[in-house]
Amino acid sequence: MANLKKLIIEPLRKTNPVTVLVLGICSCLAVTAQLKPALVMGLSVTVVTALSNFIISLLRKGIPNRIRIIVQLVVVATLVILIDQFLKAFAYDVSKQLSVYVGLIITNCIIMGRLEAFALSHGPGESFLDGLGNGLGYSLILVIVAFFRELFGSGTLLGYQVIPQSFYEAGYQNNGLMILPPMALIVVGVIIWIQRTRNPEMQENNQN
Amino acid sequence: MFNNLRRFVDKIKPNFVEGGKFAWLQSTFEAFETFAFTPNRVTKRGSHVRDAIDLKRAMIMVVIALVPAMLFGMWNIGYQTSLHASDWPYELGTVASWWYCLWFGFLRMLPMLAVSYIVGLGIEFTFAQIRHHEVNEGFLVTGFIIPMIVPVTTPLWQLALAVAFAVIIGKEVFGGTGMNFLNPALVARAFLFFAYPTRMSGDNVWIAADLWGTDAITSATPLAELAAGVHPSASALDMFIGTIPGSTCETSVIAILLGAILLLFTGIASWRVMLSVVLGGGLMGLLFNAIGANEYMQVPFYYHYLMGGFMFGAVFMATDPVTAAQTNTGKWIYGLLIGIFAVMLRVINPAYPEGMMLSILLMNCFAPLIDHCVVARNIKMRQHRALKLSKTVKS
Repeated sequence: MANLKKLIIEPLRKTNPVTVLVLGICSCLAVTAQLKPALVMGLSVTVVTALSNFIISLLRKGIPNRIRIIVQLVVVATLVILIDQFLKAFAYDVSKQLSVYVGLIITNCIIMGRLEAFALSHGPGESFLDGLGNGLGYSLILVIVAFFRELFGSGTLLGYQVIPQSFYEAGYQNNGLMILPPMALIVVGVIIWIQRTRNPEMQENNQN
Repeated sequence: MFNNLRRFVDKIKPNFVEGGKFAWLQSTFEAFETFAFTPNRVTKRGSHVRDAIDLKRAMIMVVIALVPAMLFGMWNIGYQTSLHASDWPYELGTVASWWYCLWFGFLRMLPMLAVSYIVGLGIEFTFAQIRHHEVNEGFLVTGFIIPMIVPVTTPLWQLALAVAFAVIIGKEVFGGTGMNFLNPALVARAFLFFAYPTRMSGDNVWIAADLWGTDAITSATPLAELAAGVHPSASALDMFIGTIPGSTCETSVIAILLGAILLLFTGIASWRVMLSVVLGGGLMGLLFNAIGANEYMQVPFYYHYLMGGFMFGAVFMATDPVTAAQTNTGKWIYGLLIGIFAVMLRVINPAYPEGMMLSILLMNCFAPLIDHCVVARNIKMRQHRALKLSKTVKS
């Protein structure tokens, strides 16, 4: 039981797909200018990683080794198309905002990485939890980055104005750099910095 | 007086070495002690080359070289205000006396300098303390330069933010002075430029309306005029002397050249970099002259030296020994490309009125690659030569 819990908790911290494995950075830059698309993106990726991990794990004994990547892609692509259609039907605005990045979930390295590294060698239950954990770990970073970028870049959170109007009248200005993609990279870098400072065992020894 | 100071420093020193009461402030103490005195430690293990000029003296020399530009900039702040403010609020009439202009500019520059040094040094000291390093002198120059390359109306809190960003993200994350690959002063300016574009470009930011007020006065820089397709209203001589609107202290080519002479004379800045930046800019300017498709391309090539921050960048920014290319051949390539890109960005991309900043930052990124290629080529050439020699010896 403790082991199963670890499958979900660890990717949020010490094996975080974004800050430790440095996977899924491209979408992290693209969709984090505002909190809402980041939340939806995180949720979509979580659903896809969890379900694809589950399905591939069920099929793992029947997949010929040589064509396993193709089988994985078919499963992932099917799930992504389902998500895409779902978003178009029920959250059209966000789907417009995310544009191609929903489709590009297929190429998200986290998903293929988890399939290869975990689902092919573990049972469906564990694989489902592992996918869930990694998706949540990815979402966590996305939400943190988007929180700071939207707060300082637009002065809003989830579209609602947070920084009071009196600040602007006193001369405060939104930081335009926050909306530009490079700032996402820098925020992720700062998160990695803080994480590694707090966990010294994560630092490699590069002295020699 | 110095003897008394020495005695005082010696008296309080035991408190700051290991085991003392204030041992955790060791870096801070060390910084102030070596600021006043040459360290008296001698090398104990394996000898190194010891030069009378250490980092601190070199940095002080750069600050001295910056002084003419700083003084002229202060005067120009007052002068521009007296020219453009219809309600120059002081009794001296429409054109103020030169010393009043200087005083007015001094009062505008002082808070910017103070903010830059307090924020920057505060962060440097904190990092040095946490890492148990000595405090480095790198920020002495950076902190001096940052207020010189921003518009006079930059709000102080934005300046503070930019300085913090430049010191932390531009320098300390890479390990502090000497480890940064981007010029920190330019990182600060780039941060302001992208974060608060309305305060860094346009026609409303170059003139200080009154001492503490924030009323905007419209006045276009030569670069902005050209970007709009108009020949600069200032004459070449005005631009050479520097009596034009622009970032606080980078308008006067004369004052910058005075600094350049000192830097070259003392050998602190590389003449190869300076010369090649100027050559690169001139070449690109001539090329655009030959095309001559619009007003910007037709402008005489030497105008590019006189407008905006080209000369300031060439003399004080591109030559930064940490971020420039290290090899002599590399310096030529690095400098030429800076000049070429600066003029290219100015002329072709009207969204970025000042190309110098971006081109130096870009080439900062490529400097290690240039060096690598130069070194690799040298090794290859020597190998080739050695092989050839050994063949002739055999036969």
